[in-house]
Amino acid sequence: MSIAATSETLARQLALVIDLNVCVGCHACVTSCKEWNTAGAAGPLADLNAYEAEPSGTFFNRVQTYEAGTFPATQTIHFPKSCLHCEDPPCVPVCPTGASYKRAEDGIVLVDYDKCIGCSYCSWACPYGARELDAERKVMTKCTLCVDRIYDELLPPQDRKPACVKACPTGARLFGDIKDANSEVSKAIRERGGYQLMPEWETQPANHYLPREVVSVSGRKMGMTANTGQRQLHADDANSPEPVVQA
Amino acid sequence: MNPALSIIIFTTLAGAAQGLAVVLALSQLLGTGLDHSFVSRSLWLAVMLSIASLVASFFHLGQPMRAWRAAMMWRTSWMSREVIVLPLFIVIVGTWASMLSFSARPAEITALLPLAVIAVSVLLWYCTAMIYACIRFIQEWAHPLTIVNYTLIGLASGLVLAGGLGVASGQPRFVAPLGAWAVAITTLAWLTRTLTLRRNAKLKPKSTLQSATGIEAPDIVQKSMGMTGGAFNTREFFHRASVAAFRRMRVVFQVFAFAVPLALVACAVISGWSAAWLLAVPIQLAGVLAERWFFFAQARHPQNLYYQVVS
Repeated sequence: MSIAATSETLARQLALVIDLNVCVGCHACVTSCKEWNTAGAAGPLADLNAYEAEPSGTFFNRVQTYEAGTFPATQTIHFPKSCLHCEDPPCVPVCPTGASYKRAEDGIVLVDYDKCIGCSYCSWACPYGARELDAERKVMTKCTLCVDRIYDELLPPQDRKPACVKACPTGARLFGDIKDANSEVSKAIRERGGYQLMPEWETQPANHYLPREVVSVSGRKMGMTANTGQRQLHADDANSPEPVVQA
Repeated sequence: MNPALSIIIFTTLAGAAQGLAVVLALSQLLGTGLDHSFVSRSLWLAVMLSIASLVASFFHLGQPMRAWRAAMMWRTSWMSREVIVLPLFIVIVGTWASMLSFSARPAEITALLPLAVIAVSVLLWYCTAMIYACIRFIQEWAHPLTIVNYTLIGLASGLVLAGGLGVASGQPRFVAPLGAWAVAITTLAWLTRTLTLRRNAKLKPKSTLQSATGIEAPDIVQKSMGMTGGAFNTREFFHRASVAAFRRMRVVFQVFAFAVPLALVACAVISGWSAAWLLAVPIQLAGVLAERWFFFAQARHPQNLYYQVVS
């Protein structure tokens, strides 16, 4: 909760890396996130009119869908979005009560629900729309990176991961320390062009996204077409025994 | 943004209370031989207006019983600073009002209190405006003009209110110098607000769907926002007024907050029809409420890039 935590570079920064190549938009991460977090110590997340025409509830994670390019060269991109746990989170210094804070030990941005007055100012100060005021609890809520799970020693070690990561059937969600150069997430960011959202605001999101690529099984990948935004293999990959996979 | 009625009322009433207190303090300092009972009554009105604004602000909170916690983070948060300075304003204005009301020799009050009232009012305008101006990615707000507008509009509404009170209480000597000031400050406020409107009209959003998603294609269309029934994200950041209503509001607030009060005050000064002051007060109040609505509605939050299509 210290101010230093927001201004200095932390030694450890947990984050998600989301592989847009393999996300199929199944929303399993959304439902598993809701299931885990609605059962947490802070109480259930709102689910208003769940079976009515206008259902509205609190979710820490959403999967959106975008279409890029012009037919027939189009791409459908499923895009999971949750709190990015920025290294310089603009939502933290604006909080008048100190309920919003960034943990110095692992860089997770959290809300202390017992201190939050529900003024929504932090949500205004987040360019990503990552925070949702719970309509029933009347406090600000957001992704906790399953902080009540990843350190739980009662769980088997392989389960000490965020619920969304465990639930993803395609392995599109990687979890780890982006400050550890040898971690799975750091390697993925480094080797596969991991990028941050809205870099123009210099919030330094910890979560990264891996761009869509069209890859041969031999693993060569080059260039990126302007029309669809996908990375494409050059046609001269004749030596490759495997066919080029077209998206 | 979706304008919140609680904040609209809060900033409008608090701004008028600050303006009124500053006008009274300046009149006191310039030694215009004020009637002490009139000054104390007007100061009490400023106290009541700011308490009413404080009450209104509580309606914006999900957990109003914890509001005291909002004073904790004054080192980093402009909202926290505002939460400290507003009660300070009430206390200082209230102290001055009490001394005028209950002191045996009100004439002996030092210049210190009016000076403190001016300082705390300016500080409060600054804190209130910085709450909005410090959010760098709401480009409509992130500019020094936001501070100028909050200050000048508050001062203008305080001047008109002071004039109205003076007329209602039969204080022609107090009202006489206010006319020119009210015309000048209201004109200046209109000018700077127009500058903001011009700036906002020319603003190019820094964030695009490309930067928001990292997809490099020139044409991206959102097909789903991941929900069907809406969420906090679709309620808090959209004003949901029609384009026509939005444009109308831009004219309405300029007419009611600036044009009509200007005309009425000018009329009062030139023709001596002092009841025009009384007419200008409610009209300008309505205009400033509309101005605040527009201030919020015009702000385009970059998160809206992610919430364009329901399906």
